[in-house]
Amino acid sequence: MHLDFTWMAWTWPTAGFFLGILFLLVCMGVWEYVSPGGNPRVGILRFETTRGDRLFISLLGAAFIHIAWLGLMDASLWWALLLSLGYAICVFLFV
Amino acid sequence: MEKTWNNKAWFMVLPVLVLVAFSAVIPLMTVVNYSVQDTFGNNEFFWNGTQWFSELLRSQRFWDSLSRNLIFSGVILALEIPLGILIALNMPKKGVWVSVCLVLMALPLLIPWNVVGTIWQIFGRTDIGLFGYVANSLGFDYNYVQDPVDAWFTVIIMDVWHWTSLVVLLCYASLVSIPDAYYQAAKIDGASRLAVFRYIQLPKMRRVLTIAILLRFMDSFMIYTEPFVVTGGGPGNSTTFLSIDLVKMALGQFDLGPAAAMSIVYFLIILLLSWIFYTVMTASDAQN
Repeated sequence: MHLDFTWMAWTWPTAGFFLGILFLLVCMGVWEYVSPGGNPRVGILRFETTRGDRLFISLLGAAFIHIAWLGLMDASLWWALLLSLGYAICVFLFV
Repeated sequence: MEKTWNNKAWFMVLPVLVLVAFSAVIPLMTVVNYSVQDTFGNNEFFWNGTQWFSELLRSQRFWDSLSRNLIFSGVILALEIPLGILIALNMPKKGVWVSVCLVLMALPLLIPWNVVGTIWQIFGRTDIGLFGYVANSLGFDYNYVQDPVDAWFTVIIMDVWHWTSLVVLLCYASLVSIPDAYYQAAKIDGASRLAVFRYIQLPKMRRVLTIAILLRFMDSFMIYTEPFVVTGGGPGNSTTFLSIDLVKMALGQFDLGPAAAMSIVYFLIILLLSWIFYTVMTASDAQN
């Protein structure tokens, strides 16, 4: 069987993006294996979140930060990435 | 009893994972790939970076169709949810009329979207349509082809006609599951009809209502076929919702890159709203 994926129009940056997500998921899997239970707690959002929830909130927030940056700013998108990282750290610490 | 943990059970999820990958993840990845490139067909792509996103987020066209879509979803939720509750409360709980009512309620749900669109497209016509003809005979200047307000009215009434039944059936199912003892207790306490609704029926319906609102929101936010068949997005652009605009862009203009960028923003909005909704629902459940 010959699999042809050219119709998916892959590029290195998008492949890197998806590999990054996959890497994060694998890391979460390892983290869960090392310390099971997902570390549920009630943070500043006043409802219980696990590590998985916090990752989801971080990724979704990062997507919106990037979109807002593209819509409002003309500066480099790397700043949005930096902002998203800061946001993700805050989410993992306080949410 | 101690819960048994068996992580091998995760392998049972594999078939679903493969199916979801095939039907959702791979197409989504393709859309992401398209959104950063330009094409002139023939499966040839050129790198364009985040240009499509910047253009989209600064275009009036996108914000216009997004706000039209949000207004549409808001209006149909404001109509369908109270109407659905009202009908469910007044449906018979026992006897032969139960089945009659249930079948009548289920009928609109069984009709495919494009057929619903065609029904209303003809129903609203001023020359041969019953509704359009009667409205004009009564002196109303109704013409959904030319007047944006009439077009909106038609699309909203059509959605209410098609989907209120879903809210009714969900609410009805939860209403009949309330034990009689609750009503007897309310009677002994001398509770008014309003108090029975407020303190017994509404709390019991809360879960299904949340599901109904979520379903109706997502469905109305993605609505395509019905307004497309009835108004085609017109007159002008007055009923061009996000999905109609998206299809115009992707298939009409063959602008795959901008359309892919729009799809991703569209998807993120739905994801965010659904997540907020789901979280509010589960968090308040946990509190109870």
